[in-house]
Amino acid sequence: MSRVASSRAALWQAAPLVVLLAVFFVLPLVLVVVVSVWDYNDYAILPDVTPRNYRDVFEGCLVALPELCVTFKTYLSTLKFCLMVWLSTLLIGFTVAYFLAFHVRSLGWQVVLFLVCTIPFWTSNVIRMISWIPLLGRNGVINQWLQQAGITDAPLEWLLFSDFSVLLAFVHLYTMFMIVPIFNSMTRIDRSLLEAAYDAGASGWQTLWNVVIPLCKPGIVIGSIFVVTIVMGDFVTIGVMGGQQIASIGKIISVQMSYLQFPLAAANAVILLAVVMMIIWAMTRAVDIRREL
Amino acid sequence: MSKTRTTISRRGLLKGAAATAGVGAITGFPAIVSAEPVTLRYLGTAVNQSREIAEKVKQDLGIIIEYVPVTTDDVTKRVITQPNSFDIVDTEYFSLKKLVPSGNLLGMDAKRIKLADKITPVFTKGEIAGKKIGDQGTAPKKVFYLEGQTSKKFASQPTQWITLIPTVYNADTLGIRPDLIKRPIESWKELLNPEFKGKASILNIPSIGIMDAAMVIEASGIHKYADKGNMTKAEIDLTMKTMIEAKKAGQFRAFWKDFNESVNLMASGETVIQSMWSPAVTKVRSMGVACTYQPLKEGYRAWAAGFALPKTLKGRKLDASYEFINWFLSGWAGAFLNRQGYYSAVLETAKANMEPYEWAYWMEGKAAEKDIKAPDGTVLEKAGAMRDGGSYEARMGGVACWNAIMDENEYMVRKWNEFIAA
Repeated sequence: MSRVASSRAALWQAAPLVVLLAVFFVLPLVLVVVVSVWDYNDYAILPDVTPRNYRDVFEGCLVALPELCVTFKTYLSTLKFCLMVWLSTLLIGFTVAYFLAFHVRSLGWQVVLFLVCTIPFWTSNVIRMISWIPLLGRNGVINQWLQQAGITDAPLEWLLFSDFSVLLAFVHLYTMFMIVPIFNSMTRIDRSLLEAAYDAGASGWQTLWNVVIPLCKPGIVIGSIFVVTIVMGDFVTIGVMGGQQIASIGKIISVQMSYLQFPLAAANAVILLAVVMMIIWAMTRAVDIRREL
Repeated sequence: MSKTRTTISRRGLLKGAAATAGVGAITGFPAIVSAEPVTLRYLGTAVNQSREIAEKVKQDLGIIIEYVPVTTDDVTKRVITQPNSFDIVDTEYFSLKKLVPSGNLLGMDAKRIKLADKITPVFTKGEIAGKKIGDQGTAPKKVFYLEGQTSKKFASQPTQWITLIPTVYNADTLGIRPDLIKRPIESWKELLNPEFKGKASILNIPSIGIMDAAMVIEASGIHKYADKGNMTKAEIDLTMKTMIEAKKAGQFRAFWKDFNESVNLMASGETVIQSMWSPAVTKVRSMGVACTYQPLKEGYRAWAAGFALPKTLKGRKLDASYEFINWFLSGWAGAFLNRQGYYSAVLETAKANMEPYEWAYWMEGKAAEKDIKAPDGTVLEKAGAMRDGGSYEARMGGVACWNAIMDENEYMVRKWNEFIAA
């Protein structure tokens, strides 16, 4: 077989995936971008190119400064959750993965404990979220317990429908996405490196900081990409746990879609996509995942 | 090719004849149009899509109803974006301002609706027992008739072409927890009373939520609207400004978007006063929690839904749809809906299908002679109870405004998002 022929064969082999991606990923994305510059009325999308949607998204944003407009405020709030969720899941995820990878010796137990981690995923996302409500509510289990134990006199209102409850639900839902890739990176660390560090006189913390963490970077970045993209686009968790009182870009898009303002929603989606891509770009610049995999 | 075709159609015919005979024998109906039972894809919110109705239709008419349950907003979206994905749609009157101009619906021929003349004047004339009722917002009478079957314009005079044949309607107000509030509530303005700080809620469906907000603002004496269902930009600004101030002061515990959320908020005591829907109040009460659907002196915000047909519907499916609608108005379904606390379109046929004590409780506002049961048999109210808000005439007569889509809809949605983000 000549080289040309074999490269052609390779192209053919890649073709199904290319077609699949083109039809189900590239095409819809292009459509979203196209629709985002179209006009609309109450019941129809009008194919005239207009900057109106983007202008509407940022309406009053510059004039109002230093006061933040809705769009900026919403992004700020979403980014704040992103950062908090990312830090929490990273800390918890890394610790759990570390324990699983280095402290559990037998493969059998590792598998068992890993499965234990996935148990919450056996029920639906929404149920896992809603089950927090009777626990955290004004007359919920925690408040009743706190009052009975004499720790508080009145129910704590901030437990539910607050930033706290949103954060809690996110961490509960998405820590697994951190654990898996970090654990994966950790199992690939050559144990002789750890022995070498020990032999060279490094303390446990020094080994962790100088050997384990650098070698886990790809796992951390992959997990971070999962968590960040999910939180940036989420509106269900923020809606349910925030009592619908906390804004999110996803919610704005969903409201606009339900009022048939598809072009406006598309413009918001394009902006959100750009923001998320910038974050991912920054993360992958910090660590070259491809080289380290 | 042609040979196969004939065989199939001949077979179909034979089978058809047999089936028709069968149907005739069992139900006592004369041979109907055709053999295979017609399936109608019924798009609507889950509210009206009861299993019992589908079963009864199948039994009475041999028509199979296939429910496509989606949210109110999605009904509108489906009609506009996928008009071929359903055979009959149950949608709200206020959506018509979007649906009719899209040209995807067919004007319903009043001549084919047997009880068209008996539809309550709430819809056709906007009055009840000869008395005019509030018509702010998209009152059904404003959008009831079309100029022609495929017209995109509403007619100001009665015509042969009806936009929606009403299925259910009701008058909404605030739900309260009398056991936690412990004093009478008489006005919409109580929703923003600091006494209920952190214990109030409003529904997060912009076009409906803003009308509840308007009821509150008008009741507080801040502003009198010319039409709460069609505000000017300045009025939207004013309304949202007041709501944002209340939100920032911590007045609201949460907002709700669906039925179950509102039930949970109220039943768990997270909120003590909130916008609510009638069946949600019933649900809270059936959980053993005190909850009142409080009539307020400023009146109710009403809503109404009805059947429409897609323009593409033809032949047997079209006939079956008319048949189904006629059946729907003929009483059984009306009684079924009345027993859930909704109101039905043709009152006399519904009455004939209800026990006198049921009718007295639900429609005449009298004390229940016996225990009041839901269609599934669960006891809703003990004997002696009275319906919140009283009789049909008192409740529907007290309507102040109707769910609506404003001319400034786009601006309103933007401002509502601002409110949520504040």
